[in-house]
Amino acid sequence: MPDKQEIFEKVQEILCEALSVDEEEVTPEARLTADLGAESIDFLDIVFRLEKAFDIKIPRGELFPDTLLQDERYVKDGKITPEGMEELRKRMPFADLSPLEENPDVKSLQDVFTVEMICRFIEQKVAVEN
Amino acid sequence: MRWYWIDRFVEFVRSRRCVAVKNVTLAEEHLHAHFPGHPLMPNTLVIEGVAQAGGLLVADHRQYQGNMILAKVPKAVFYFDPRPGDTLYYECRLESIRGEGAVVEATVRCGERVQGEVDIFFADAAHGPRARALFTDLDLVTMMHYLGAYEVGEDADGSPLRPPQHLQDRLSTLWLGGPGSE
Repeated sequence: MPDKQEIFEKVQEILCEALSVDEEEVTPEARLTADLGAESIDFLDIVFRLEKAFDIKIPRGELFPDTLLQDERYVKDGKITPEGMEELRKRMPFADLSPLEENPDVKSLQDVFTVEMICRFIEQKVAVEN
Repeated sequence: MRWYWIDRFVEFVRSRRCVAVKNVTLAEEHLHAHFPGHPLMPNTLVIEGVAQAGGLLVADHRQYQGNMILAKVPKAVFYFDPRPGDTLYYECRLESIRGEGAVVEATVRCGERVQGEVDIFFADAAHGPRARALFTDLDLVTMMHYLGAYEVGEDADGSPLRPPQHLQDRLSTLWLGGPGSE
């Protein structure tokens, strides 16, 4: 089972390839969209690469919960509802949701997607699968 | 001129790999502008050819359901420019596939030399609220026929490659007409 450092290095390599960024840019706190320039199609590319590199399966919506945003119980007038926050906490125990707690604007969700979040997700995933 | 950037399949193994041939010829109009007096096939069209061959590999695997389109080119490395008279072989491997997308990796060869390496990421445009049909299953299967996939292709178990059952009857009436003749 890979340790934290190995996971970070692999994730770093994956993000460099998927987003054409330099290794120095891929720090743990870097945000995929705001700092590394990820576009929507890149998220799926990243999921594919993570599956291959760590030999795991990542069902749709498990790492990046895009389908949740189309549910009107969870998003109203461009803001995440309290039910939506609850659902996100349940689905994303690996994520630091504080940017959303400060500003429930749906756009803030992008700031939750950091390099560190992906690493924590992988750590939990490989721990369960082993 | 038609938007075909491969001429024929020489191998097609369902859900695994395919090899398509592209013959570069001075009869192609664009070579006279790229560049005047010095004809070179643009590598963007090599990418398009790989996307056509790989896209059909993906579409065949999915029984022609959905609309897989080229969404991203994560890697495209070329070692030289193809010239008129060259025969390129696009060797495509289906690396990953799931409902929302697929990855095809390709090696392009010209004789003994590797001309390029291209990875293509396909995404299903039929997903999401703005989904619309871009091409029909019949368009794609007709293209497969044109390119000889059913002459050389095999199923994953080694049996001859066939179009999906529900399209076979419709195809038999169309094959003389070609794509778009319905």
